Amino acid sequence: MLTDLMPILSTLRRHRIAAGLIVLEVALTCTIVTNALHLIQTRVEALNTDSGMAESEIGVLNLRGSKPQPPERGAAVAAEDLTRLRALPGIKAATVANQIAYGNNSNNSGVSLEPDGKGLRISAAQYSADDQMLPTFGLRLLEGRNFTADEVLDSYQTFAVPDPKIGQLIVNKVMADKLFHGQSAVGKTVYIFGSSPSTIIGVVDTLTHTQLHRARGEGDGAAMILPLRGGGSYVIRTEPGQLDAQIKAATAVLEDGDKARVVTEARRLTEMRAEFYAQDRAMAWLMGGVCVALLLVTAMGIVGLASFWVQQRTRMIGTRRALGATEGQIRRYFQLENLLLTTTGVVIGTAGAVALSQLLMQSYEVPRLPWLYLPAGAASLWLLGQVAVWVPARRAARLSPVAALRS
Amino acid sequence: MFLHYLELAARSARASKGLSALMVLALALGIGACMTTLTVYHVLSGDPIPAKSDRLFNVQLDASDMVSWKAGDEPTFDLTRYDATALLREKKAMRQAMSSGSNTSVSLPDAQIKPIFSFVRYNSADFFAMFDAPWQYGSGWSAADDDSEARVAVLSASLNEKLFGGVNSVGREVIVRGQPLRVVGVLNPWKVQPHFWDLTLGGYTETEDFFLPFSTAMTLKIGHWGNTTCWGRGAAGGSPFDLKASCSWIQYWVEFAKPEDAAAYRDYLVAYSEAQRKAGRFERPTNVRLRNVMDWLGAQKVLPADVRLQTWLAFGFLAVCIVNMVGLLLAKTLRRAGEIGVRRALGATRGAIFAQFVVEAGLLGLVGAVLGLLFANAGLWLVRRSPNDYARLAELDASMLALTLGLALLASLVAGLLPAWRAALVTPAVQLKVQ
Repeated sequence: MLTDLMPILSTLRRHRIAAGLIVLEVALTCTIVTNALHLIQTRVEALNTDSGMAESEIGVLNLRGSKPQPPERGAAVAAEDLTRLRALPGIKAATVANQIAYGNNSNNSGVSLEPDGKGLRISAAQYSADDQMLPTFGLRLLEGRNFTADEVLDSYQTFAVPDPKIGQLIVNKVMADKLFHGQSAVGKTVYIFGSSPSTIIGVVDTLTHTQLHRARGEGDGAAMILPLRGGGSYVIRTEPGQLDAQIKAATAVLEDGDKARVVTEARRLTEMRAEFYAQDRAMAWLMGGVCVALLLVTAMGIVGLASFWVQQRTRMIGTRRALGATEGQIRRYFQLENLLLTTTGVVIGTAGAVALSQLLMQSYEVPRLPWLYLPAGAASLWLLGQVAVWVPARRAARLSPVAALRS
Repeated sequence: MFLHYLELAARSARASKGLSALMVLALALGIGACMTTLTVYHVLSGDPIPAKSDRLFNVQLDASDMVSWKAGDEPTFDLTRYDATALLREKKAMRQAMSSGSNTSVSLPDAQIKPIFSFVRYNSADFFAMFDAPWQYGSGWSAADDDSEARVAVLSASLNEKLFGGVNSVGREVIVRGQPLRVVGVLNPWKVQPHFWDLTLGGYTETEDFFLPFSTAMTLKIGHWGNTTCWGRGAAGGSPFDLKASCSWIQYWVEFAKPEDAAAYRDYLVAYSEAQRKAGRFERPTNVRLRNVMDWLGAQKVLPADVRLQTWLAFGFLAVCIVNMVGLLLAKTLRRAGEIGVRRALGATRGAIFAQFVVEAGLLGLVGAVLGLLFANAGLWLVRRSPNDYARLAELDASMLALTLGLALLASLVAGLLPAWRAALVTPAVQLKVQ
């Protein structure tokens, strides 16, 4: 093996340009593929975020009216609609929420430990719904309790005074930890809209910002539920498998009796999720496609140049074979040559990958490239090189020495 | 001579079909990827109003309170109604307009058709002249109409088509929130991309279908779709859209006769801000922004980061394809060293050999360009099927078409230079001896 090294090096020295091109191609491919794979991984991670909801059992309906409704009637209308929805057989729970994950609405409020926004202050996603939100969304209480029906307030009336009073709220675990650092949050007081205190009565496990990973910087995962009834999306939860039928039934119930009411959207939550992530999925596929294309092009380049070298060195191969070299030795010669070239390329490419990762971190808020991707990228290019060189190398090995010498 | 080289190039491509096909395919893939992403980039980063984008300026004032204030932060995104109204009253620019958006149902008095839910902009009078609104029938309303809360409206071409079948509807009535409004103008089809005057519902949302005076919209309580940021006492028990509410939700634009007038207006904004601080309304240190259209789009990062990332990725890919082509062309050229030796021995100059191989590379580039154009079209078709709000804008235009051809030719010529140079260096004597 090692005895081949010197002749290989001297040949490569004579084909500096071609060798340099292969090295450059391998290096560029290694740089791009390593980072692209990492970007794909971050997208796929986002795709698998847990929303904490019983997604497959939830449907979301949006209702609009063409006639102006007096805003003070909002809560009463919602309550009437919900009574009719809950009466439908097959609907396990229903609520009206101001926002839901994957939807377009995003309400955020500042929450502080002292009145009037003083003391520790964080921003949190603000859900407003009645006591049926937890069962409808399928959220899990870690400690404390849910709202009672009596604690639910009329949203319009609550905000019609200068200093809104909201007695209770439920927070998610992220928010509890941010405010109270591991102590139990239940029973603690916070201030949301000015100087009236609100008491945390429960902590739910997972409840996300409606924009999930895209809500970077907006509260960093803190979320809370306020017991307010008013306008918003109608959310229903059904027995598994009945969702489509129940969405139809709920649409009919909501539109019934009033021609001016139109259900403008009635969708499964899983549909909304698919749409929400469509861009990330498309980006992941695109990068995957480019990676495959890059590897193919690089392989083509290796096959092309190796074939050329085999052809050019036919006489040398013939001589060596005539002097007793085996087929295996000839083949290994070309494989070793390829290994040398790809290794040089991989070393440069790895450095390039680290540099590119730095650049991406600065300009695109991409997390740092985990080091594991570097050996993985290197290994795949070594493998690619060996596979690509196999065909020309075998052709070289199979050259009959007599024919090769005569050519 | 050129034709002869072309013929030679075609013959050589036929002689090594596989290798040539590989090169063309790789080049076409690279070109296709680049053109797809570049077209998206080009469409999305374009100037929405080239005639006057350097004379239109967005106004930001920092009206918020000191909670979570950090030095160097951007001021609040929109203006409060109080500040927008004050600036509009003082009329310090050539033109100025306050506006905001919503979505409401528009119907006809006799209810022949179902109500149409339309995107609405409510604005003061100068809006149409500032943004070069194209009139089909009638015109906008006057500042006096703003003051008197006139019940008037302007329709887009498509809403006019839906409501009135596209006829001149000036003088007819439409119903919004139960109230009749008189149509005073109908626009020609108007597509402004990016939707620069209000980015709060996304950078590439459709241009509005229905326009009415700001004051009228307030009386009709038409609501608001977009960004509303409140601080301090916020709506203080009323609506966040009240004149006195500490909430920002209004877009404010000014137009100057020439870009240089912006400096004086900036001074005016600083003075206004200082006066508000003295009066106790503003708490933060004076922090105003006055940005023209392109600066505003840049500062708000309207171009999606993914689009830039894709473009870089595609160019990385093209770079690999070019390196690959150089390698393969070099191999192909040197394989023909014998032929070159014979030609040189028969009197061809180095220049002639060089030219021959450059033409050969150019021919491959041309084929690659055509194929790349097909790939780019396929790529854009894929982009248009994706679900984001700018997808429908991804169309190849003439300038992009020319750029595709140019890029492909340039790429292949660059790729062909090195092999052609090596070919020209072949010494006839050595080659002939080896033969």
